[in-house]
Amino acid sequence: MQVFLSQLTLGLVNGSFYAMLSLGLAVIFGLLGIVNFAHGALYMLGAYVAFIGMDKLGINYWAALIVAPLVIGALGVVIERLFLRHLYKIDPIYGLLLTFGLALIAEGILRYSFGVSGQSYDKPDLLAGSIDLGFMVLPIYRAWVVVASLTICLGTWFLIERTSLGATLRAGTENPALVQAFGINVPLMVTLTYAGGAALAAIAGVLAAPIIQVTPLMGSSLIIIVFAVVVIGGMGSILGSIITGLALGLVEGLTKVFYPEASSIVVFVIMAIVLMVRPAGLFGKEA
Amino acid sequence: MKLKKLVPACTLALATMFGASAQAQISGDTIKIGFISDLSGLYADIDGPAGAEAIRMAIADMGGAVAGKKVEVLVADHQNKPDVAGAKAREWFDTQGVDMLIGGTNSGTNLAMAKVAQEKKKLFISVGAATSALTNEQCSPYTVHYAYDTTALAKGTGNAVVKAGGKSWYFLTADYAFGTQLQNDSSTVVKAAGGTVVGSVRHPLSASDFSSFLLQAQQSKAQILGLANAGGDTINSIKAANEFGITKTMKLAGLLMFINDVHSLGLKATQGMYLTDSWYWNRDAESRAWSRKFFDKFKRMPSSIQAADYSAALQYLTAVKAIGSDDADKVLAQMKKTKINDIYAKGGWIRDDGSMIHDMYLMQVKSPDKSTEPWDYYNIAQTFKGEEAWTTKAESKCATWK
Repeated sequence: MQVFLSQLTLGLVNGSFYAMLSLGLAVIFGLLGIVNFAHGALYMLGAYVAFIGMDKLGINYWAALIVAPLVIGALGVVIERLFLRHLYKIDPIYGLLLTFGLALIAEGILRYSFGVSGQSYDKPDLLAGSIDLGFMVLPIYRAWVVVASLTICLGTWFLIERTSLGATLRAGTENPALVQAFGINVPLMVTLTYAGGAALAAIAGVLAAPIIQVTPLMGSSLIIIVFAVVVIGGMGSILGSIITGLALGLVEGLTKVFYPEASSIVVFVIMAIVLMVRPAGLFGKEA
Repeated sequence: MKLKKLVPACTLALATMFGASAQAQISGDTIKIGFISDLSGLYADIDGPAGAEAIRMAIADMGGAVAGKKVEVLVADHQNKPDVAGAKAREWFDTQGVDMLIGGTNSGTNLAMAKVAQEKKKLFISVGAATSALTNEQCSPYTVHYAYDTTALAKGTGNAVVKAGGKSWYFLTADYAFGTQLQNDSSTVVKAAGGTVVGSVRHPLSASDFSSFLLQAQQSKAQILGLANAGGDTINSIKAANEFGITKTMKLAGLLMFINDVHSLGLKATQGMYLTDSWYWNRDAESRAWSRKFFDKFKRMPSSIQAADYSAALQYLTAVKAIGSDDADKVLAQMKKTKINDIYAKGGWIRDDGSMIHDMYLMQVKSPDKSTEPWDYYNIAQTFKGEEAWTTKAESKCATWK
């Protein structure tokens, strides 16, 4: 029982990362129709911005948590304005290829400048230490990750699904011409949506960095799993991606107890089954 | 008429003969060293482009030419793919006239290169690979395994930790050939020294999170957690072990760690750990002087593999110079006759199974307050002299050494 509870708790921590990253992907795909393969790279860049800020410029963790998403969000604006806007009218595969290429370039540049062994930075003193839950010792930082990412996920969901701003956004992607006619600047809205998705990835990067090593390859090892999460949840479904992210973290955690060798593929096995039974994903609308 | 034709023919024949005897037997008129390693992936920091530069430093120290012939180095990235490594080696031997090949990191790629070199009867010096299969089941008369292997690592760290009181072990093992081999070699050593192995957990290569595996290790109540993995996996296991307080109840033993890993983790997370390595930049005055030169180029200290790259190239060229030939059999015979004494090895020699026998070192990572300068990370806790760390003839499965 003890093993069970502690592995579930750890699964929840990993699930929070999956949820936050797949949420960004779902937002971008749902509103822009772009399969953003650069998402892993944006996550990695977020961690590097925080690392450079803390190590070289002397800002603290909390400031990094705000600065990194702003910087990466601004980068998102550049990417959208410069490249992606030309691709909305054509086959989504081009957006996928372009963002994949951008991810490779970003990885290459950082590998060249920082090497592959990786950097690390300390967690803030406030979040150091651990709490004894009775069945396991949970580092406070991991608990913070769960709280922070759930707050951000639910906030984003609320913003898009329950506010008038969100309604305008969704309407703008459904019928841009009509919404434009109401005097709303649709291209600007689209740009900001992509920037917002990028910023979400950057926050996840900053949150992850004290736990794992900051390396140029940290994004590409995670992005494949996150894509599987999005596919299982249903492309474009925001609440779906949050719930699936958390659930798959839990499933993965349990696999690590019962059959650890399979823990890296269990997500993909589930994906295959879901695609056979419900091709649109668990929370997707059947076309 | 006949005479007119004969004269140039004779001149040519004479020239060839004189040329051969006077200018020594260097094929293709240049001495070509090939270097195939991971230049861009997860092992690029412990060897990679800096390893290639170490080879160039050896060539420069030999004056850029040996036996009157220019020395060249060809460099390629195997991307950690054995088929790429094998194909590149074949191409170089067949079309580029490469005389000797140095294999960088990654065991799988080195086994592939060793096969090609044996087929082409060319010398292959494996520097970065860990697998003991290179000098064991898959040994070849043309392979020299230069720096370290899984057996030496296991004997070093395993014995020392058991002797220091770490009797019960639990392994965290990377789930592929290298990890299981390192675990098996280490288990054998631990049991022989009077310890016990209470269990193990296998994790997928490049796992994203180690906390689950570590909690399982902790529940085993073993004293020692043996890390039979490498690179980023080792780094992330150690980070998580610190975070979850595993290090309070268990001691970590890194079975394959390089100074770059320690640098990347910092001393706070690694202090007190034992690890076995073939070389340390701060070992003696000679190694320090060479490392400073390396540091000026790369702003980091060399790993044991990079020093071994230098040494391998230097010893090869010294042998070529001594006999005036780059014929693989002759050079290898000369290298086996000569003791290796340079910045890397002291009194090293090449055994008939292909292992370059030299001292290995058990290091203990310093605590942050004991480290007096950048990259001052280790105390040498024990030196394994000569053959102590290596496979014995009785244990070996190498056919040509029987």
